[in-house]
Amino acid sequence: MNGLRRAKRWMGDHLVLGLGLLVLVYTFVPIAVVVLMSFNDSSRSRNVYKFQEFTTEHWFHPGSWAPGMADSVWLSIRIALFATAVATLLGTLAAFALVRHRFAGRSSANLIIFLPMASPEIVMGSSLLALFVSAGFGGQLGFWTILIAHIMFCLSFVIVTVKARLSGLDANLEQAAMDLYATEAQTFWRVTFPLVLPGIVGAALLSFSLSFDDFIITNLNAGQSVTFPMFVWGANQRGVPMEVNVIGTAMFLISIAIVLVAETTRRRQAKALAR
Amino acid sequence: MTSTAGVAPANPHDIAPLPQPQRGRRLTGYWLILPAAIWLGLFFVVPFYSLVSASLYDPDGSVLTGYDMTWHVANFAEAIGQYKVQIGRSLVYAGTATLLCLVLGYVLAYAIAFKAGRWKNLMLVLVIAPFFTSFLLRTLSWKLILADDGWVVGVAQALHLTNVLNLIGLTSTDDRLLATPFAVIAGLTYNFLPFMVLPLYASLEKVDIRLIEASSDLYASPIRGFFKVTFPLSLPGVVAGTLLTFIPAAGDYINAELLGNPNTRMVGNVIQGLFNTQLDYATAGALSVTLMVIIIAAVLVYVRTAGTEELV
Repeated sequence: MNGLRRAKRWMGDHLVLGLGLLVLVYTFVPIAVVVLMSFNDSSRSRNVYKFQEFTTEHWFHPGSWAPGMADSVWLSIRIALFATAVATLLGTLAAFALVRHRFAGRSSANLIIFLPMASPEIVMGSSLLALFVSAGFGGQLGFWTILIAHIMFCLSFVIVTVKARLSGLDANLEQAAMDLYATEAQTFWRVTFPLVLPGIVGAALLSFSLSFDDFIITNLNAGQSVTFPMFVWGANQRGVPMEVNVIGTAMFLISIAIVLVAETTRRRQAKALAR
Repeated sequence: MTSTAGVAPANPHDIAPLPQPQRGRRLTGYWLILPAAIWLGLFFVVPFYSLVSASLYDPDGSVLTGYDMTWHVANFAEAIGQYKVQIGRSLVYAGTATLLCLVLGYVLAYAIAFKAGRWKNLMLVLVIAPFFTSFLLRTLSWKLILADDGWVVGVAQALHLTNVLNLIGLTSTDDRLLATPFAVIAGLTYNFLPFMVLPLYASLEKVDIRLIEASSDLYASPIRGFFKVTFPLSLPGVVAGTLLTFIPAAGDYINAELLGNPNTRMVGNVIQGLFNTQLDYATAGALSVTLMVIIIAAVLVYVRTAGTEELV
């Protein structure tokens, strides 16, 4: 009886974990396909939805890429870099204001920051387009209008991420620094800022990937410019070139590497602190 | 907290002036938030005004000749009348995908929060990892996976799953998965799953394990304990996750375009087409505003029913 109950319990524990792992595996199936297809030689057949023959050509000879793809990747990188820089700066300042300062209109500010995350992208994108057109910029859609849109939707995510890190901070640490005669500036740069930095870096990475990956808002405000997601969208109409999967795989590998490096440094720091 | 700082006194002489550093700090708050506030004001709040005015333009205008503001409220009636099928479909697809996300996401979040042990952090990273490969490429992958001659379709046929799906109307063409409502809903479920898992995990993580133990001490079965203790305590996560999944899914058109067919078009596809190809800004604006209003109304009703008003 006891053994049966224990077996039942073991089953109960491991069943949930097993099901959870199954869900996790399911989320990686399409990624496996992206990786696989980045090695597909599709030149022999028009059927691009089937694995034909193994090749590393797309990985090592960017010259073999479909025309326009390299330009679209470069445009997406530039926009993501600029958008990340501006959104991270403005967002971090705002997060400090919201956590550390009391002022009138604070709760309405919080609401306005929440709204972009809760609005459908199609509505945000179309309202920006309506603004640009009614302001007479309808003919000049491109790099700058994309950048403005991307900074706008990255801002909320930066503010929320940095805010979470800041409000989790132990105020005693800053108090202690002040007690030890550190000036306000010294306290900020030697204590507060280093402690908040992981949150800021996380927010910047999130911004970069949100900006690099955005399609819906970008497509409405891009005019003749073609970002990487727009290139994929256009390519889909003609049959997707396998090279796009190289970019997808590279994005995945780079972000995994960054997360791993961040995690190991965090662990090493935690260990060093504990010692 | 805002009661002292936010409300201006009726007569400034009634209370003593604040000490200097305090006042300096208060102004710093404004200066710090000003740039972000200006950006969001100019490029998030003001555009809504433009969108609403675009929805009231005279529909006879065009981008080239310019639009006249004629307060043409009939745009709304026309847009809704013409595209009610797509609006309804968007809500049904997004709702179904949200439910599926809730089931799958809950299992995963529960496993991470209570069963993963020292693998917790790794599993959390793995939840976010797919997020870093292009949304479009992942969706295109499903096109390959569900392809007509693929093994997924083969297995589904062998198990007579396709017949079941046909029966409940999720697939209309026999023995196919791609280009059906099933594929679109599957794509939506897949793409928005992380938005469900993370809030669920955050709120399950906060559940005090002793409460669950107490319920089992009081002879509640694990299942009863789950529905009486764990699930109610995770409600804030359920509400947040549902909103974060449903709202973007209702406005999405990528899944419907890549995985569906002309009969699975959602309201997002229509708005996109009206803006980008047909350049009918008046109808597109009206449709966009309608979508937003429906979503806000749905969110308010849902949040009120779920009973966690403090969330929004």
